[in-house]
Parts: sequence; structure tokens; C-alpha cells
Amino acid sequence: MSVTNRPFILFCGLGLMIALVFFKLGTAFSLRMLAEATCYAILALGLTIQWGYAGLFNAGIMGFVAIGGFMSVLLTYPLNEKFWQSDSPSALGTVGLYIFAAIILVYGASQLHRIGVPRKLKNLITAIVFGISYLVVITALNPVAANIEATAGFIGGFGLPVWVGWAAGGAVAGIIAYFVGHICLGLRSDYLAIATLGIAEIIKAVLKNADWLTHGTLTVSPLPWPVPTPNDIGFIAARASYLAVTSIMIVIIYVALTRAYNAPWGRMMRAIRDNEISSASMGKNVNKRRLEIFILGSVLMGIGGATLISFSRIFDPSGFLPLNHTFLVWVMMILGGAGNNLGAIFGALFVYIIWTMSEPVTLFLFESFATWGKDIFGWEIPTDLAARALQMRVFIIGLTITLVLRYAPSGVLPEKIAKHD
Amino acid sequence: MNEFIFFINKVVISGSVIGSIYAMGAIGVTLVFAILRFAHFAHGDLMTLGAFFSYILVVLFPEAGSFIGLPTGFVMLPIAMALTAIVAILLDRSFYRPLRQNNVKPVVMVMASIGVTLMIQGLIRVFAGPSSRNFFFAERKDIFRIELPFELASRKIVVTEPQLLLFVFITVAVISLHLFLTRSRLGKAMRAMSDNPDLSRVSGINTTMVVWTTWIIAGSLAAAAGTLLSLDVTLKPDLSFNILLPIFAAAIVGGVGHPYGAIAGGFVVGFAETLSVFNWAIFLRPFRDSLPDWIDLPNKLAFVPTEYKITVPFVILVVILIWRPTGIFKGQVL
Repeated sequence: MSVTNRPFILFCGLGLMIALVFFKLGTAFSLRMLAEATCYAILALGLTIQWGYAGLFNAGIMGFVAIGGFMSVLLTYPLNEKFWQSDSPSALGTVGLYIFAAIILVYGASQLHRIGVPRKLKNLITAIVFGISYLVVITALNPVAANIEATAGFIGGFGLPVWVGWAAGGAVAGIIAYFVGHICLGLRSDYLAIATLGIAEIIKAVLKNADWLTHGTLTVSPLPWPVPTPNDIGFIAARASYLAVTSIMIVIIYVALTRAYNAPWGRMMRAIRDNEISSASMGKNVNKRRLEIFILGSVLMGIGGATLISFSRIFDPSGFLPLNHTFLVWVMMILGGAGNNLGAIFGALFVYIIWTMSEPVTLFLFESFATWGKDIFGWEIPTDLAARALQMRVFIIGLTITLVLRYAPSGVLPEKIAKHD
Repeated sequence: MNEFIFFINKVVISGSVIGSIYAMGAIGVTLVFAILRFAHFAHGDLMTLGAFFSYILVVLFPEAGSFIGLPTGFVMLPIAMALTAIVAILLDRSFYRPLRQNNVKPVVMVMASIGVTLMIQGLIRVFAGPSSRNFFFAERKDIFRIELPFELASRKIVVTEPQLLLFVFITVAVISLHLFLTRSRLGKAMRAMSDNPDLSRVSGINTTMVVWTTWIIAGSLAAAAGTLLSLDVTLKPDLSFNILLPIFAAAIVGGVGHPYGAIAGGFVVGFAETLSVFNWAIFLRPFRDSLPDWIDLPNKLAFVPTEYKITVPFVILVVILIWRPTGIFKGQVL
């Protein structure tokens, strides 16, 4: 199998697999699976530019997915009349002013060295100002939040069009990525991994516990779609049109990324990835370029997360799991081939189909194994067998990551090394 | 006075307990970082695995503790430590060494360690289920209540036996680690390899041996930390990612590759966590009667609500990365 034919053959195989799923499990189910797989493909494209183009390790995809999903909920969910009719909006506005004043005060304190205050004293003053304003803001916010939770449940959405919410999801994910990247990208890549892992857990903790803002574990549903929902036109038509929207998005992102990859910008990124010192000596600003691509990738993850959460029609903060939303995407990307956009799309579709199919298969295998053990050795079958059996998939994901890294580090569709003779 | 005792119970004792756990984890992380040059993400699961080894041993030999008069989990600790050390070496041989020999970038090793994390996590949950377990199913957990010789103090300082054992254990472990690193030939070889791997290889240091020793120390300390933590509270299978962030924060605060720094960092992170979730309003209560009515004292005055505890190590991490990426003790910036 030559390398040029490989994508064609692989995608033919994938098409066969999808056709088989359609044939066996029905159109509605398969369309749902494909729509989710395309959302994951956007995530994988975001990751492949961070890891494949620039070698940045993002262990917190879950956080960007969650923040993208949340922004989409906040902007597109219908207005909560109870909240807007109460006096909470003005109280919340007052807290907003407090926060604004606090930011100005802290920023002012951090610039004190310009008027001749010694640096150590300046740091001390900044820390104290920050501590006090933090406590003031928290004490101001707590009663307002409690009041909102008691009277209106949560603040609801703004009822804006869905695409605004998706774009905002990407934008906020990018802003968070800017701050994380700004701190960590000058250091070794391990620090970025640790920091992104942390920020993902923090985003999840906030979304889960700030009930006044996100409705917490009580979940928000049904989320609006950019296309007519299943209630209006039925499952098949609605899911097919959603799939069409995500597919168009993937095509646009793919074309744009491939152009960027072949452009001087992409060449510079690969140069930085492959030899940081030599590209720095050629006058490239390594950290700035890395920050650029880290933000770009995170924006894509935010958008992908927004589409994924919108499709599921329910926003449930405790449903964000590192396994489903971070490491599954990693498997898709490294299996498909890091740095190859087509590989990322292939990996996302392929792995997601396997992932969905693996649930009934694992359950079946474990149950037959357990009955077999019971018949022959008289084992006691644990009552939570189903929950345990699904944990086997965690093991498989881990094993796949280590095996691919060891035996096929470039994936099934390796990055094409361009040769200019 | 009672408020002060409350402070000792809630902050001094639980801060030292969690600080010791973080310190033991951070020593392992920092040693692996120094010798093998990658952030070992599977460390939290190594802790869980060690705790499960102890648990299995306790279930198999529930009577062992009563001979000596200590909790069985603590008596079984050396065996569990040895088992976990063996597992750590096996993991290195099967997953990390092949990558190392291919000369991959360090960040690929980090990814492999995440793969290992998921594998251990999956296996533990398949075989043990997601529920939490108690080590003290057959015996009683001794609780010491110490009275203070003051008239105003009616409350007592509460320390449990596992907590005391933890303090004894970490003291012994730190002293022996110090002696090992400074006096023994192998310890000196480890420090040499952390300073300059190529030079130490050229000068005839057996690097395989050093790598093995690193995994033995890291694995056994992880097992000890996991077991002692589970003896103090309960054994939960979901330690991994929750404990990883504080441990890394501790290792980086102390300076990467610096075992003493890791100990200090562990206590810094542990105390920062307990201090920030502590309800400081307790200290205002004695003055409640003497204050004028218009001052309304809040009931709860904590810096961080308990459910956002995970932000504390993260903030510490961010501050140290901005302000002094080498850590307090000037470790390596890798």
C-alpha cells in the first residue's frame, strides 16, 4: 500500500464500516453517532494543530470543551423571565462594578514601580490589595448568588442565535488559553500539561458548583439547535441537518488549516517544533508563535465543545470526564496521525465508531465471561458488573495510547514531509 | 481557648497529615523528573495501587496487626511497598524504557505515563469497583484525645493512631532518604545523574541501576503515602487526577529535582489548602458579645469554599511559575 493511496483506502474502509452500522443499527442511531463523531473531529483538529504542528501538550481538552459548551448555553438558552423581573440583575451589576474596581485597583498596585516604589514593596502591596479586594468581591457576590438560586434558579440564557454562542465558546476558550499559555509556554512542555490538567479540573469545579450561573448539577435542557430540532421535523431529518452543519464546519476548518500548514506560517511552526534553537536563531519569536497556535487550537476546541454539547441538548457539568473529553481525543489524534489533518478526521470518525460500539460489546463479553465463571468455578457475580465492565474501556484507551506511541508513533496517516527539490 | 484548639485540630493536624502525604508523593515525582526528565502522571495511581496492595494483604491476614499492637494496614506496609516498587520497575521496563531507547522527546514520555495512568485506573476499577473501602473492618481505630492543662480549654486535641504513625513514618523516611542520598555510593550516583546524565554515564555510573533505584524509592513512597492516607480516611479508587495537581505543585514549589524542596513544598501546599478552606469566623466569635450591634459578623469566612479546594494548588503553581520557576530551593528548570 503506497502512502499516496493510503488515505483513499482508509476512508473507503471507514465508509464501509459506517454503511454496516447504518444497515445494522438503523438510520437514526447512526446519524447521532456520526454527528457526535464530527463534533469530536473538530476537537481532534484543534488538538492536531497544537500537538502535531507545534508539539504542545494539552492535557485539559475537557476544560475547553466545558467552557465552550457553557458559553453556548449562556448565550443561546432562552431568557429566564423570573430572573430578569427580580432585582437580581441590578445586584449582579453592582457586583460586576466591584469586580471592575478590584481589577483596576490590583492593576494600579502592580504598576506602582513606575512612580518609584521598590519592587518588593510593590509586590507586597499588590498581594495585599488583591487579597482584600478578593474578599470584598466574594462577600458581595455570595448573598446575590444565594438570592438568585432561591428565587429564579439560575440566570438563564440570553436567547441569542446559536452560531453566536458557538463563536463565543471559541472566543472564551481562546482567552483562557492565552492566560495559561502566557504563563507556561516559556517553560518546558511538561508544565503546560500540568497547568492545562489543573485548569480543566477548575473549570469543571466552577461549572458544577456555581449554581446561580450554570444551574450546576441540576443541568440545563433542552439546548437550542442551529437547525430545526427533532421535535419539529423528526429525529432523522433533524440529525441529518445537524450533521450537515458540522460537516460543513469541518470542511471549512480543514481547508483553512491545510492552507495554513502549507503556508510559510505552517513551515515556521514545524521548524519551531523540530528545532527550537535553530528557528530562534533565525529570528523567530518561539514563545509568541507557540502562544498563537495554542490559542488557535483552543478556539477550535471551544467551538467543537459547543457543537458537542449543543447536540446532546443537555448541559450537565458532572458529565465532563477526562476520559471522554480529553484522552479519547488524544487517542483519535495520535492514532490518525499527528500533524495530518486528514488523519485527525479519520481518527476521530474511526475511534468514535469503535468507542460507541465497544459499550454493548464489552457488556456482552463481561456478562458471558461472568456466567461462564459462575457455571464452572462457582464465582459470585458482583452486582455492579455493568459499571465495572465499562471501566475496561479506560484500560483499553490507556493501552492504545502506550502501544501507538511505541509501535506506530506517526499514526495510520503519517504527516507528509514536503520535499522541495 | 477552645477556638485555638479547634484551629489546632482543623489546621495544624490535618494540614500536617495532608502535607506529609503530598510530600511523600512529591519526592517520588521530583526524583523521576530529575533522573528520567519527565513529569510522571501515573504517580497518583501508583499511590492507589499501593493502597490496594495493602488492603488485599489486610484482607488476607487480618490478624497480623494484633501481634504487634499496630493497625494491620501499617504492619503490611513494607510488603505493599515492595510490591509497588516491583510494579513501578515493570512499568518502566515495559512502557517507558522502550521509548527512552528510541530517544523520544520528554513530552512523549508524559503521554505514555498518562496511558499508564488510564491502564492502572481501569484495572483497579474493573477488579475493585468504584466504591470506597475502610481498612478498619476487623479492628478498632485508636483515637487519642489530649487534654490541655488550661482551665478555659474544654475541648481536646484529637489525633488518631494512623496520623501518629504517618508522622513517625515520614520522619524516618526523610532521614533515611537523606542518609541514602548523601552517604551511599548509589545515592551519590543518583545525584550525579540528575546533574548531568551524559557525564555520569561516561564516568562509569551504572545508569540502569540508578533508574531502578529511582523507581524503587518513588514506588515505595507512593505506596506508603496511599496506604497511610487510606488508613486515615478511607480507600477510594479515584485518587489519581485529584492528587496529581497538589503533588506537582509541591514538587515545583520546592524546586524540581530537589527532594528536600519537595518535602517543604508538600507542607506548603498542604497547609495552604487547609488554611484557605478554614473558617476564620471562628476566631471572631469570642468578640461577638463585646462588639456593638451594628457590626454583623459573618458566620462563614473562608478564603475558598471547600468545593473549590482544587484551585489552591493551581494558584500556588501559577504564582511560582510566574515568580520563580526554579522553585524556592533553586531546582533545575527543565
